[in-house]
Amino acid sequence: MKICVLVKEVPDAAVRKRIDPATGRMDRSGERTLNPYDTHAIEAAMAIREGGVVEVEEIVAVTMGPEGAVRALHKAVSLGVDRSLHLCDDGLAGSDVAATGYALAAALRREAPDLVLLGQQSDDGECYTVGAIVADHLAMPSLTQVIKLDVEQPSGDAPARLRCERQAEYGYDTVEVELPAVVSVGDAINEPRYPSLKAIMGAKKKPLEVLGLGALEIDPARVGAEGSAARWTGSKEPPRKPPGTIIEDEDTDATVAQIVAWLDERKLI
Amino acid sequence: MADILVYALHYEGAFNRNSLGAVSEGAKLAAELGGEVHAVVLGERVSDELCASLGGYGARTVYRVEGPEGLAQPVVDAMAQLVRAHGFGYALFGGGLLGFEIGAGLAARLGAGVAMEVTAVRAQDGRVVAERPILGDSAISEISYRSELGIVIGRLNALELADPSRNEAAVTDVEVEFSEFSTRARMLRRGEQRGEDVDIEGADILVAGGRGLGKAESFELCTELAKAFGPGSAVAATRAVVDAGWYPYAGQIGQTGKTVSPKLYFAAGISGAIQHKVGMQGSENIVAVNKDANAPIFEFSDLGIVGDLNRILPKLSAALRARREG
Repeated sequence: MKICVLVKEVPDAAVRKRIDPATGRMDRSGERTLNPYDTHAIEAAMAIREGGVVEVEEIVAVTMGPEGAVRALHKAVSLGVDRSLHLCDDGLAGSDVAATGYALAAALRREAPDLVLLGQQSDDGECYTVGAIVADHLAMPSLTQVIKLDVEQPSGDAPARLRCERQAEYGYDTVEVELPAVVSVGDAINEPRYPSLKAIMGAKKKPLEVLGLGALEIDPARVGAEGSAARWTGSKEPPRKPPGTIIEDEDTDATVAQIVAWLDERKLI
Repeated sequence: MADILVYALHYEGAFNRNSLGAVSEGAKLAAELGGEVHAVVLGERVSDELCASLGGYGARTVYRVEGPEGLAQPVVDAMAQLVRAHGFGYALFGGGLLGFEIGAGLAARLGAGVAMEVTAVRAQDGRVVAERPILGDSAISEISYRSELGIVIGRLNALELADPSRNEAAVTDVEVEFSEFSTRARMLRRGEQRGEDVDIEGADILVAGGRGLGKAESFELCTELAKAFGPGSAVAATRAVVDAGWYPYAGQIGQTGKTVSPKLYFAAGISGAIQHKVGMQGSENIVAVNKDANAPIFEFSDLGIVGDLNRILPKLSAALRARREG
């Protein structure tokens, strides 16, 4: 069995949430890191390998992004991935989520995985959607927000299948999915391991392949800013609520007294 | 093409509130565009009466498709077939997990542009413009489409329900040939309610716990605090906490959980991700305790306390108890 894990480099959460006082916008510069949600997908792949129900020959991390995105791949390798694939081309810049999914599907098609795993959402934007887009292009069944994933190997020549649990609109659903499939996992599925120092040091030595648009069957007219069907046409300020009161807790008795007074003033107690 | 197709999710004989919001908003938008709104319902023997009731929110035709409930890809097959046959200009989804999956799959299938987490839609020069908050809701992007089909996926609770009229929609049965891969996922069990039934919708005061509590035992701090607030208070939780099994699903706030608007929402160890915010931002007063000063919840709290909830909550509970007893 071959598993591909889709990963993405995102701004580090620790610096991400700073507002630029000049523009009032989020400052997205600074350190970038592997999307924390993706570490759950890598861990899920490792759990299948270590679970022993099926033999996992290879776990491949796949990303699309500028040159710097290679850092996300190194991190993925340090967490147990065997090799990685970096889809990198100026022609991809500005792709919307549909174009991104289209290009990633082309890279995945070349790998022909039995299972594609990804995180439930990326920390910097598109939620839930890339998995469903990729799955449709690959003509594979898919499910998002999976928090329990078991591989079952029926007897005989039947393909392996997954038993997935997830929370949807009306409670928990249990869904059986035949492989090959695309599954995005929720963060409750596991506790990702920490990479060992040795794994971090060795990450750059694992095979990494960089692919441009020419190496894949991608129609250049369907990717990049020009090839994207959803177009950003403007932005505006949201209605702003006046900022609330912030208390930094130094003396807890005093803090509690302040909270009680605040609640009292609003007749909430 | 000015006509809009809305996916209406139903479960146990009732439509999802967010789907009804999407039909209502679709009807308004279609009127601005000079078109009509139609809906698609997919399920096992869905009644005429239920389908026709979407007319009350403005749907002209309801396309009824017989198929497996609760899975996205069969709906993608159905909607792709309907769009190809009727040439709808837009597909609209209310907030919710399935809407995200179906909308995204349909975008891939038909090469359509997709905007998600949309909080408002309008017609401008005969075309739809979707508004999507970005960067932790600090700005709103406006998105338009240059594909034949534009897909709009609403944010939870963003598309408003109209007061229903007595109009009935025409119900048309449509036979759909499902893709081979759509049939390779099968629902084994749907809508399982994990944990006991807790009532959080009737409470004036909600004490909600998030992953910042650190462990299941710390959830007691929330229970104690709710008790200290006295009658009319209850305990709620985030999805992460419910998925971890620390609290019942019936007490979950946000996307795939409940939407609440109590007089006081006391958030303990909750970072304030969008998926949670959409379920509680209508609360009259929001108080948050979190040790991370950068937590997004402080951007929409009325009172924010940066500190260790393990120190603050017990003392606050004691102070409230003393006050009630005194």
